Amino acid sequence: MTLLRLDGATVRFGGHTALDAVGMEVAEHETVCVLGPSGSGKSTLLRVVAGLQPLDSGRVLLAGHDQSGVPAHRRGVGLMFQDHQLFPQRDVAGNVDFGLRMRGAARAERERTVEELLELVGLPGAQRRAVASLSGGEQQRVALARALAPGPRLLMLDEPLGQLDRGLRERLVVELRGLFRRLGTTVLAVTHDQSEAFALADRVVVMRDGRVEQAGTPLEVWQRPASEFVARFLGFDNVVAATVTGEAADTAWGKVPVPAGSPQGAGRLLVRPAGVRLVPATDGLRCDVLARTFRGDQVTLLLRPEEGPRLEAGCALRDAPAEGDTVGVSFTADEVVVLGG
Amino acid sequence: MAVPVAFFGLFFGYPVAAIVSRGLREGGRWRFGRFADVLGEPDVLHVLWFTCWQAAASTALTLAIALPGAYVFARFDFRGKQVLRAVVTVPFVLPTVVVGSAFLALLGRGGLLDELWGVRLDTTVWAILLAHVFFNYAVVVRTVGGLWAQLDPRQEEAARVLGAGRLAAWRRVTLPALAPAVAAAALMVFLFTFTSFGVIQILGGPTFSTLEVEIYRETAQLLDLPTAAVLTTVQFAAVAAILAVHAGTVRRRESALRLVDPARTARRPRGAGEWGLLAGVLGVAALLILLPLGVLAERSLHGPDGYGLGYYRALGSVADSGGTFLVAPVAAVWNSLQYAAAATAIALVVGGLAAAALTRRAGRLVRGFDALLMLPLGTSAVTIGFGFLITLDEPPLDLRSSWILVPLAQALVGVPFVVRTMLPVLRAVDDRLREAAAVLGASPLRVWREVDLPLVRRALLVAAGFAFAVSLGEFGATVFIARPDNPTLPVAVARFLGRAGELNHGQAMALSTVLMLVCAGALLALERIRIDRSGEF
Repeated sequence: MTLLRLDGATVRFGGHTALDAVGMEVAEHETVCVLGPSGSGKSTLLRVVAGLQPLDSGRVLLAGHDQSGVPAHRRGVGLMFQDHQLFPQRDVAGNVDFGLRMRGAARAERERTVEELLELVGLPGAQRRAVASLSGGEQQRVALARALAPGPRLLMLDEPLGQLDRGLRERLVVELRGLFRRLGTTVLAVTHDQSEAFALADRVVVMRDGRVEQAGTPLEVWQRPASEFVARFLGFDNVVAATVTGEAADTAWGKVPVPAGSPQGAGRLLVRPAGVRLVPATDGLRCDVLARTFRGDQVTLLLRPEEGPRLEAGCALRDAPAEGDTVGVSFTADEVVVLGG
Repeated sequence: MAVPVAFFGLFFGYPVAAIVSRGLREGGRWRFGRFADVLGEPDVLHVLWFTCWQAAASTALTLAIALPGAYVFARFDFRGKQVLRAVVTVPFVLPTVVVGSAFLALLGRGGLLDELWGVRLDTTVWAILLAHVFFNYAVVVRTVGGLWAQLDPRQEEAARVLGAGRLAAWRRVTLPALAPAVAAAALMVFLFTFTSFGVIQILGGPTFSTLEVEIYRETAQLLDLPTAAVLTTVQFAAVAAILAVHAGTVRRRESALRLVDPARTARRPRGAGEWGLLAGVLGVAALLILLPLGVLAERSLHGPDGYGLGYYRALGSVADSGGTFLVAPVAAVWNSLQYAAAATAIALVVGGLAAAALTRRAGRLVRGFDALLMLPLGTSAVTIGFGFLITLDEPPLDLRSSWILVPLAQALVGVPFVVRTMLPVLRAVDDRLREAAAVLGASPLRVWREVDLPLVRRALLVAAGFAFAVSLGEFGATVFIARPDNPTLPVAVARFLGRAGELNHGQAMALSTVLMLVCAGALLALERIRIDRSGEF
């Protein structure tokens, strides 16, 4: 069942259009991640759903009911702010039970819920601690508990892990996903970090300049980026102009094989680094190795071909050539995507 | 927004307009020719000239004396700094009448300097200038020092590393950052001294007269309303101009400066030079601020038969006090406290609402309103007092015989303090905190109660303290509208000073001491609940 639906949601700030006729749906118990660079309208999207930002046109429907004219405090959604926005003058329990107090819940019920939630987010017994004494990760957990406490039908997260360091972030993503699964929470999160989005979401929505650029499961988006923008945003830089004929394309790098059924004619073409195979320098496209980046037991090579734009290639650590070496390159069709737009 | 606008329209705009129109209209026509007539008189020109130059001289002198103080308070850590900061602020909220009598006790006939060396300054302009410095020292120290303490010293260090000398680093890095605050403080001091009334009334004698004193004389003694109206308008225009410039500098001051926690920038003084500077500043503060206050207290205890509480006892009954009042002067203390409490309540409601409205909205109109709120600080209090008398005396607003009249006039000067104190704090409340509460189900009213109120409670207390102190000391308007059987403390002091005789003089000193102690008490209580951004003048 569809819990949240946006119909042609449009928001303008002066001459700038922050949301441009955005349509999307979030089903119950689903986790959807909106992904986009800063300024793409992600945060505005959340504010619109929360009722903090009025729409210039379009509609927001929660469980089928139009929300125009419903103020923020009556929408029954939860929003976790980017920098948490914990109430500085209250302790942890005072923050977590805020929503319950607003609903007039009895003290006993509030205390029980706070205890449960703090347990859930991994901060048992932190009720009386001052907010200022918490670390970034702990504040994060308190903010999450606060958003969950009133039992919102839709939980929205704005850059939920944005300010935390890398290790903590990777651990929390896994925890969050497990938590939302268990609670059956419906979640709409926004982030600019694609690895976070792909780890957290059942579906991702990529936004650009206030428009939806692509929507789909993480796998779909990862495997078949809809446009050069999405491809580059996902971190793929091997994009080149191409003319596709049958199962091959003419590019600045020479002939590149493409999967069967690719769109024909002139367009853009993406080769994922895994599809750039190293061969002896005498075979294939000759390239100089410009730089190497180590990622675990994988190495990403930055190559300068004889012709055409620079290439990124992935290879195993033990096979990695040294900087300044000359290598040959060939392409494999199943890592090549012909991009639309 | 509606309440503050109505309040100012009714109790500020209307009385002032009524006075001005009464003076400038005759037979249903405006007589603007009177401007030329009045401003052509040599006496008036003399007053105008004196008003301007004494304000300029007072401002220059205050800056010269207080800027080193601002530096010391900003950059040095020393024992007793908190207390000293409170002490130098005491004069600012002291009633002008008390300031006047303190300097009279120090520099006047039979004063301390007279006794020691036969030096009398009360007939010279120096007494006025020194009293003005005394009064405004805290304005500079708090405005400039407050910002100075938050400037990151590493900026200056960065300049030093890049090859700038000590002085060059200060001149090119610190001074530009500080300049708007210095300008704002200077304009405020200029404004306060330009409209000085109580100090000049007491120390100026027949020789020296500012616009404000002249307005009082024309209105109350010569009953020459047209001249008073012209002078009021002139002063009004001048004050509006000063405030407009001030608003501009304040906006520039808010421009992007990287501010740091003041606690991190201060350190203990190092070397003979820095200790010398600290000693110098402390010495000046002692001479300039503690000495007059001390002498005032000493004179109040020093009767014809040696030290004792004679003057204080005399305050206790009508007969002993020499028949200056219909009631025992000590009743004035109780009156004053009641009036000031009522005025504080009014100022908090009006100022609080105005500050809340200013926080929620932006734009040119709001900025105009912001500046408008400061106007009562510089408008002739005499005009307001007299305006109250002639406008609020007929139905539906017949308040002439009502006690509320005095608190209303006092609240007018209290409101700017409330707004100035509340505004920075309210603006510092992150709007998303309010949004967070709203998303969690809090209605707008609940948001205010749950988020805003707890955060501004301290600021509210500070604002209340300031409003209370200035209401207590308000003189110019109160002197008109306080009824003879219900005098306030400053009015009673002025009346004692206006009469000859040792007993009257001694009682004036005693009452002033009482007033000083009440104000200082209120302020010291405030210093305990100090907030980071208080007193932005």
